[in-house]
Amino acid sequence: MLGRRGALRFLALPPYAWLGLFFVLPLILIIAISFRPETGPINFDDPWAPSLVQYQRVWETASYLRLLGISVLMALVVAGTATLLAYPIAYFLAFRARDRAVFYLVLLLIPFAASYLLKIMAWRLMLGQEGAINSFLQFIGLTAEPLDLLLYSRAAVIIALVYVWIPFAALPVYAAMQRIDRGHQEAAADLGAGPWSRFWRITVPLSLPGALAAFFMVFIPTVGEYVTPSLVGGTEGFMYGNLIQDFFTSAANWAQGSALSVIMLVVTLVLVVVALRVVNVRRLTT
Amino acid sequence: MTGAARTRSAVGVGRTRVPLRATYLGMLLLLYFPIALLFLFSVSQNSSLSFPIQGFTLDWYREVFEDASLLEAARNSLVVGFAAATLATLIGFAVSVAVIRFRFRGRAGLVGLAGLPLIVPFIVLGVSLFLLFIFVDIPRSLATIAIGHSVVAVPFATLILLARMVGLDPNLEDAAMDLGATYRTTLRRVVVPLMGPSILSAWLTCFIVSFDEVAIALFLAGGDPTFPIFLYGQLRFAQRLPVLIAMAVLLMIGTVTLTLIAFRLARRRT
Repeated sequence: MLGRRGALRFLALPPYAWLGLFFVLPLILIIAISFRPETGPINFDDPWAPSLVQYQRVWETASYLRLLGISVLMALVVAGTATLLAYPIAYFLAFRARDRAVFYLVLLLIPFAASYLLKIMAWRLMLGQEGAINSFLQFIGLTAEPLDLLLYSRAAVIIALVYVWIPFAALPVYAAMQRIDRGHQEAAADLGAGPWSRFWRITVPLSLPGALAAFFMVFIPTVGEYVTPSLVGGTEGFMYGNLIQDFFTSAANWAQGSALSVIMLVVTLVLVVVALRVVNVRRLTT
Repeated sequence: MTGAARTRSAVGVGRTRVPLRATYLGMLLLLYFPIALLFLFSVSQNSSLSFPIQGFTLDWYREVFEDASLLEAARNSLVVGFAAATLATLIGFAVSVAVIRFRFRGRAGLVGLAGLPLIVPFIVLGVSLFLLFIFVDIPRSLATIAIGHSVVAVPFATLILLARMVGLDPNLEDAAMDLGATYRTTLRRVVVPLMGPSILSAWLTCFIVSFDEVAIALFLAGGDPTFPIFLYGQLRFAQRLPVLIAMAVLLMIGTVTLTLIAFRLARRRT
């Protein structure tokens, strides 16, 4: 046993050290920097006194807060839509595909594994002024002029992101459905429950932890998105993440960018905690 | 699953009439259509991505192999993915063995820490690491991208390896130690081989996470771009698109293959 205790140190310390250094420490650093008063590039050797000026500026800038609200809303819409659309996919795989479940699952894994940028690029192609949809519409003579509402809008960002996330959302829902004991459904049927009643009262509640996992797997990356909006959103589809990106690139206002990042982190964590409380995952999983 | 399905029909459980297979195939069609469209343009003679298609060619694929900067970016992505996946898998392995086999203070904290990167938006982690590397004066390079990717890949490696470790019979390790092996030898000669497919599956998953990642990488890149960074930078040059798409299609075939391998390996253990 002595050898084992020694091994524990060898096992537990490197993960603590690595994640402490490159995950916890940077988050502490960004919180600290968000309390610095500078409005331009920061010289870390300069003396400084903690101040709330960055947060105050965010609070006073209505457009920042509005953008945060819009981004949270967009992420809710994207995560909700992707989870809803993924639900029947998972249901089919778990309950109807039977012997061919693996075959159908593999078909789903291919769009899942296709590169994210490639998929966004595909939507640029489809929605653009000279893009596939427009040139196809003109080619078959349905429209004479290209429609320019398609690309560079908030809707384009939402469509592209829902598209990217559907296969990701299907997997946790499918995993949760696979764990449902078929005996519950048989028992309910024996007691006279019809198919819809069994679906709403057994399958839905028991698959809810998976659906919730799917929802947050989509929500968290989406709320911080800046790449997709910059490719298909244009100025109208600008998100909170683009604002942060600006402060660290063109504007080079790191302290302000840090405060905006910390606010996003807090909002995300609060939403996750609240959702876990409301749904009470422990009651559902046991 | 077939057994369960058969039992279910045996007791006569009725079904709703929702056409689920049609819904599924319809969704798949929707998911494949944009990818198929890209593929179409990667073999079309048009230099702009518009209809009508004037003819088919493999020239864009040939040009991929004549474009040094494109190949360099792809190579950089391989290096970063390799390093990040290896680091994340080592950490995930250490966490899963420590957590399943030992009781110690900080045990719950370790699992929490290993899962936490999953709930931090990538842009926040990206700018935090960007500030850290500037703060400690480490120049940004492929290594800093690999570090960032190793952090976001740890939850994936840990989830996959924890699931396998839970099902591993501890008696096998006890037996090896009763026969005089040290714990380290036991890990190397007993635990690692038993977890082999899961370790490989975790590694491949982490590799794919890194290979495709751009939001963190954009903040941590020095002069050398990874392929997604390169792609992102070139997207505004319309005439470059067909070659870029051809390269992306080639890489996609690679990642799809890896995903299918990881999926097979993960299924084999159950």
